[in-house]
Amino acid sequence: MSGYTEGIIILLCINAIAGIGVSLLTGFTGVFSLGHAAYMALGAYTTAILTVQYSVHWFPAIVAGGVMAMIVAYFIGVPTLKLMGDYFAIASLGLGEAIRLILENWQSVTRGARGYPGIDPYTTLPVAVGAFLILTLFMFNFINSRYGRACKACRDDYIAASLLGFNTANIRVLALVISAFYCGVAGALLGGFLSFIQPVMFDMMKSTELTAVVVFGGLGSMSGTLIGTVVITLVTELFRPISQYRMLIYGAVLVVIMVLRPEGILGNRELPSFFRRLVRRDS
Amino acid sequence: MTEERTPLLEVTDLKVSYGAIAALRGVALKVYEGEIVCVIGSNGAGKSTLMNAIIGQVSREAGDIRIQGAPLERRNYQVVRQGVSLVPEGRRIFAPLTVVENLTMGAFPRTDRSKIGEDLEWVYTLFPRLRERSSQYAGTLSGGEQQMLAIARALMSRPRLLLLDEPSLGLAPIIIKDIFRELRRINDEKVTILLVEQNARQALLLSHRGYVLQTGRVVLEGDAKDLLVNPEVTAAYLGTGAARSAKKA
Repeated sequence: MSGYTEGIIILLCINAIAGIGVSLLTGFTGVFSLGHAAYMALGAYTTAILTVQYSVHWFPAIVAGGVMAMIVAYFIGVPTLKLMGDYFAIASLGLGEAIRLILENWQSVTRGARGYPGIDPYTTLPVAVGAFLILTLFMFNFINSRYGRACKACRDDYIAASLLGFNTANIRVLALVISAFYCGVAGALLGGFLSFIQPVMFDMMKSTELTAVVVFGGLGSMSGTLIGTVVITLVTELFRPISQYRMLIYGAVLVVIMVLRPEGILGNRELPSFFRRLVRRDS
Repeated sequence: MTEERTPLLEVTDLKVSYGAIAALRGVALKVYEGEIVCVIGSNGAGKSTLMNAIIGQVSREAGDIRIQGAPLERRNYQVVRQGVSLVPEGRRIFAPLTVVENLTMGAFPRTDRSKIGEDLEWVYTLFPRLRERSSQYAGTLSGGEQQMLAIARALMSRPRLLLLDEPSLGLAPIIIKDIFRELRRINDEKVTILLVEQNARQALLLSHRGYVLQTGRVVLEGDAKDLLVNPEVTAAYLGTGAARSAKKA
């Protein structure tokens, strides 16, 4: 396998981990976030500092990156998830930018806007694929668990959910914290993949991309999110030679999907039931 | 005062306001174990606010709510754990989920998992229609079936007290009769019921006792039979035909 193909597969795994994290929050709990790149940044920086400065082994460092994102998400989530609907999206946008600006200006720790070089290239193909498989398996189990159903109940009708005895505020915080962990791990892996991170990599554009992938694949469908990740990652890779126009094509792809399938590629179905439906329609 | 037993639900001096507007101005009511009690009143009397204040959906400004003598929690998810369950106005079922999934959602606060299957069986015997449709999406049910599902879902938490907010809303008269017949059967199964209704006649015919709410105050209370023939009630809420049929009954 050429280095390039390997790189693409690693990138796919990283994007997919971040994607399913956001999918839990946006697709399954109904909370739109425009600041999840900040959790990736937190994971990336925590892991980078731990491995470079304190020479911690990469595995506990990646976990620590995820946990750091979780802790910050918890303290952000408790006060802000009382906000409903679009208001949380606005708050998350502001908080995401705030975290990025802190990373950019806290020179002594993060080395500021010039970026953080010299990270060990610990993200090898087996590491990325392994992390992806484990985290995806966990997520598929989670969304079919009692708490996964609770998330869906909060999304569909939070008043009815609270009347049935769900503590809707806690469930939303739980979803945010888990999704932050996923993004943190994805960020940590990205750092190990590129050996270099920079605050500008985790700006609003990245956050929007994360949410776009989820909407693109279908809100409330994990397999849809995975397909969305593959399509978006490959489209941006495919047009690398005409790099200035990549974002143009990326935007066009989003517009086409939203016009043809406003509910996303899979809608709210998972892959098996989507195929079953296709077969039924044909016969 | 010789109080023979503590009421299951006791509300005293309940006040709720939305900003400057007072919705409840000191409501008191009691519901005893095994009773069906209805609260009737016109639009804006504060009926739904009363229900939402009991369940903790809106915060109360003043007043005391007790369940079997113990103070009722203020947060809705805690209230459910204390054995009070509300069937909300407009049903609020989970349309994209199947009937059986909706019902299991109702059992969320329960910890005794083994009993949930038994209770599913119990609500299916109360509402056989739901068993027939158990794997159907809830959104595809008719209005009456959806109301049955909402009631069954509330029963899945095994409440001591079932609150219903306008169970007849948007349903055909013949379906309303079905729903009310089911409510009586649920009451026979030892579930105490407090309901709020626009359809005053049906509600009073079903209930043991009733309260009349007007602009946030209880203006009248008594046995449902008496209220049905009370001239003030008949004039304001029942129309004349109702009084006649009540006498017949």
